[in-house]
Amino acid sequence: MSILRRARERWRAFRSKPQLDAELEAEIAAHIDLATDENLRLGMSPGEARRKALVDFGGMNLAKDQQREARGLMKLDILMQDLRYTFRTLVRDPGFTVVAVLILALGIGANVAVFSVVNTLLLRPLPFPDSQQLVWIAPPPTKCGQSCATYSTDAYDEFRLYSRTFQDVTGYFAFSSPGNLSLNRGGAPISATGIDVIANFFKVLGVQPAMGRVFRPEDAVDGAAPVVILTDAWWRTQFNADPNIVGKAFDINGMQTTVIGVLPKSFDFGAVFSPGAKVDAITPLDLYGPPRSYGNIVTMIGRMKPGVTIAQAQGDAAAAAPHMCWQNKVPQSCGAYALQKDGTGGVVPVLLKDYVTGKLRRSLVVLWCAVGAILLIACVNLSNLLLARAATRSKEFAMRGALGASRARIVAQLLTESLVLSGAGAVFGLSLAFVLITWLAHQKAVALPLLMTLRIDGAALGWTVLIAVATAILFGLLPGLRLAGGNLQEALKDSGAGSGQGRKHDRTRSVLVVTEVALACVLLVGAGLLLRSFMRVLSVDLGFEPARAAAIQVDFDASAPTAAASAEKLRVTFQQVIARVSRIPGVEAAGVSDYLPLGQNRSWGMSYPKGVKPPDNNPDSPLVYVVSPGYIRAMGTRIEGRDFTWDDGPSSEKVVMIDRDLARYYARMANWPNGNAIGQVLDGGGGNLVRIVGIVDNVHEENTDGATGWQMYFPMTQANPNGAQLIVRTQQPPDSLASSVLGALRELNPKQTAAEFRPLQTLVDHANSPRRLFMLLVSSFAALGLGLAAIGIYGVISYSVTQRTQEIGVRMALGATLGQVQRAVIGKTLKLALVGIALGTIASLLAAKAIAALLFGTAPTDPAAFVGVIVLLGGVSFAAGWIPARRASRINPMVALKNN
Amino acid sequence: MPSEKLDLLQGTLDVMVLKTLVAMGPMHGYGIARRIEQVSGHQVLLNQGTIYASLVRVEQHGWIVSSWGTSENNRKAKFYAINEAGRRQLAKETAYWERLAGVMDKVMAMRPSEAEGEPA
Repeated sequence: MSILRRARERWRAFRSKPQLDAELEAEIAAHIDLATDENLRLGMSPGEARRKALVDFGGMNLAKDQQREARGLMKLDILMQDLRYTFRTLVRDPGFTVVAVLILALGIGANVAVFSVVNTLLLRPLPFPDSQQLVWIAPPPTKCGQSCATYSTDAYDEFRLYSRTFQDVTGYFAFSSPGNLSLNRGGAPISATGIDVIANFFKVLGVQPAMGRVFRPEDAVDGAAPVVILTDAWWRTQFNADPNIVGKAFDINGMQTTVIGVLPKSFDFGAVFSPGAKVDAITPLDLYGPPRSYGNIVTMIGRMKPGVTIAQAQGDAAAAAPHMCWQNKVPQSCGAYALQKDGTGGVVPVLLKDYVTGKLRRSLVVLWCAVGAILLIACVNLSNLLLARAATRSKEFAMRGALGASRARIVAQLLTESLVLSGAGAVFGLSLAFVLITWLAHQKAVALPLLMTLRIDGAALGWTVLIAVATAILFGLLPGLRLAGGNLQEALKDSGAGSGQGRKHDRTRSVLVVTEVALACVLLVGAGLLLRSFMRVLSVDLGFEPARAAAIQVDFDASAPTAAASAEKLRVTFQQVIARVSRIPGVEAAGVSDYLPLGQNRSWGMSYPKGVKPPDNNPDSPLVYVVSPGYIRAMGTRIEGRDFTWDDGPSSEKVVMIDRDLARYYARMANWPNGNAIGQVLDGGGGNLVRIVGIVDNVHEENTDGATGWQMYFPMTQANPNGAQLIVRTQQPPDSLASSVLGALRELNPKQTAAEFRPLQTLVDHANSPRRLFMLLVSSFAALGLGLAAIGIYGVISYSVTQRTQEIGVRMALGATLGQVQRAVIGKTLKLALVGIALGTIASLLAAKAIAALLFGTAPTDPAAFVGVIVLLGGVSFAAGWIPARRASRINPMVALKNN
Repeated sequence: MPSEKLDLLQGTLDVMVLKTLVAMGPMHGYGIARRIEQVSGHQVLLNQGTIYASLVRVEQHGWIVSSWGTSENNRKAKFYAINEAGRRQLAKETAYWERLAGVMDKVMAMRPSEAEGEPA
């Protein structure tokens, strides 16, 4: 009990220190008086009496300290004292303080920001309950796009039936195009994007609606009343966050559709499944209606039973795969999804988390290493600054040591200083990270998953504290030990300039600068290689000309009693649209396609040259585009042979255009004369013959930096388009024509939604956005590293010039010229820089190998990047040394010699 | 006067303070220090000043209470008095010391043959 009581008393005593000190003071005074009185009574003289009293009392300060220690919290007292002292010294040297805090803020800020990104994308689970149970089920990646990554509704059913390790399996329709919803609330129809999902979608993911309910099986059957679930964002922007929205019906795509629920803010379909895409509403997919005959259309997402490992799920899926048929009615299509003899295909569950962010792991690790290097550079810089200060403060500490301060006490004082500095750096760094993270979270156009969910959370705060403390220890320890370990007498005698102690410091500082330069070199080389890769990606021939062209979604209604009437209606509609738009002044060409490159895609089966036996192993089938005459020209794609014409009608010969690679493949297979595919006939199976009329350039359809798959173009007058994107090639930048194009479309179809007129360049930018962002971040960090290294070099050289003012003065007095003095200083700088660059280059070669997978068209040993970095670092080092060199040459020998 | 002073075990001084206060009634720091000096024959207190750390420690334990008062020769001084908890503590400490002293006595009285024990 008394122990507790004592602890409480000590805390109270610590809190009321001044009062207790005064009381002790009074008590001791009384003690001395009482002792003096007694000594007087014993017959001593007044002076003798008092002297004897003081001698008997013993060391006054010792007694006081002992009492304070017994009474209060001495350690805390010392800490407070150190803190006060630290604040005083830092305020006295504002230049140092500002630079130190700034360096730390940049280093810590970059680290916290990148940690938040890494945490969100790699470390934190996906924003679903028990998300480690969720898997993405698909074959390994192929060249035939989304059609090869999806399943037919029959296959989905069979998988659900035959798999044993899953609680349930769901999926969504993978071919919804942006702007597929047209909301009509009077006035111009509003374009929005909806995704069709299998009714159990939200149940499997574990998403609870913020309002209303999620889908039930009866919402997704033939003839069910149309229902929709709104995303939080659309509910806010389009429906003014109406709290009573559930149960209201709106005209969507011409049907009264009832809102049954609103999703929580935390659910962002695009962030997880379709990075960079905005999804406004979710609608149920009628599995047993028309989609049944659409072929591969649904993705599969499963939730494993508790305790099931991913390996077990994979085994289970492989066992279920042979039961899956493309169409149950077509027996020979059964087993089409199983692992093929050549190792392609298969039904493979992977953790959803890996599917979503797995590809980014390497980039993020590189980013993390980059900011780690920044932090190291910052630490080295700080160490250097503190060493410079230490040199001027060594006397102060020697004095304190002489007055009885222990070595531990001095190290504690120095660590307190480091902690205060890094604490201040962390506060500013955190603000910096907050700004950066907020900016990143608003990069809506960047195709990175989960980007919108970025925020500074508890983990990031914890990380901040951790690195702040680690940094303080890292940069504070070396100068601390150096100072505290210094020889007292030497330091007291040492006048600073030119003495042995100064030299020793100099060597340490040089090592630090070399480290810094080497680290900056690695960062710069990395950034240089990524920049070169990015330039290479930008200069890739995409197979189409994104400049001066734009796309807009065209609404059309081709419904008619018969297929023939519908096809005719379609032909008339688009012939009109293209003719009308082509008449707009400034329009060079116009054409329509149902899918655009770098967007969504699909493939049909493989066709082979007529009369040639198909190979045993089916290659990935070509992506299919259903286009109008003029589309190829509007895209700026080069063509051999002829384009489609409006005369390629339903009753005329079926025609097709293919890309150059596919033409070569066919020509080799069928031994066509001169390898020429034009005029040859393909057999799509079942006597479905098409004649190749044109060969076009390979188009980058899925990404800008990968291999291209095959492409096949069908005329929209002979095949059924899956939507319509109008491409307009213009003479001026396309933005200027946005309103006149939309006006023309409205003229022909008053129901045309106010769809976005998107320059093709935005498609390319979107595809390049992760690489661009990544390159930008690494480059910024490299620039930061370069800046810090420059400050480091400048600091060391400048300090050594100051230290050697006297020596330089003597030299000049002895006849050294300005040039000689300058050359000496710059020479010293370049020597440091060159050693750093040499070491950095070696380290860079190793680092470059590690990031080779992230490069495009650039060797890890790319000479341009290396030479550029060496020249840049050399130049910056020169500049950093030149300023102190000039100062050195301006030293007046007389003043310098007198000054000491 | 002896040439060397006795090293005090941790807490020993605290017990002396308690015992002195029981013996003398309320007393100021100087009085307690003097008393311990006299009784111990100047063998334990290195300096009178050391008494104050002990006093504050004992007071924080709640074994003594202090108040400002006036000495017989009219000086203002802080007086310490032992309370019930202090007396209990002193009783415990006294018992402890007696046990320890008994054990020490026995150990010190050991003769060589006894220390070696019987051969097996």
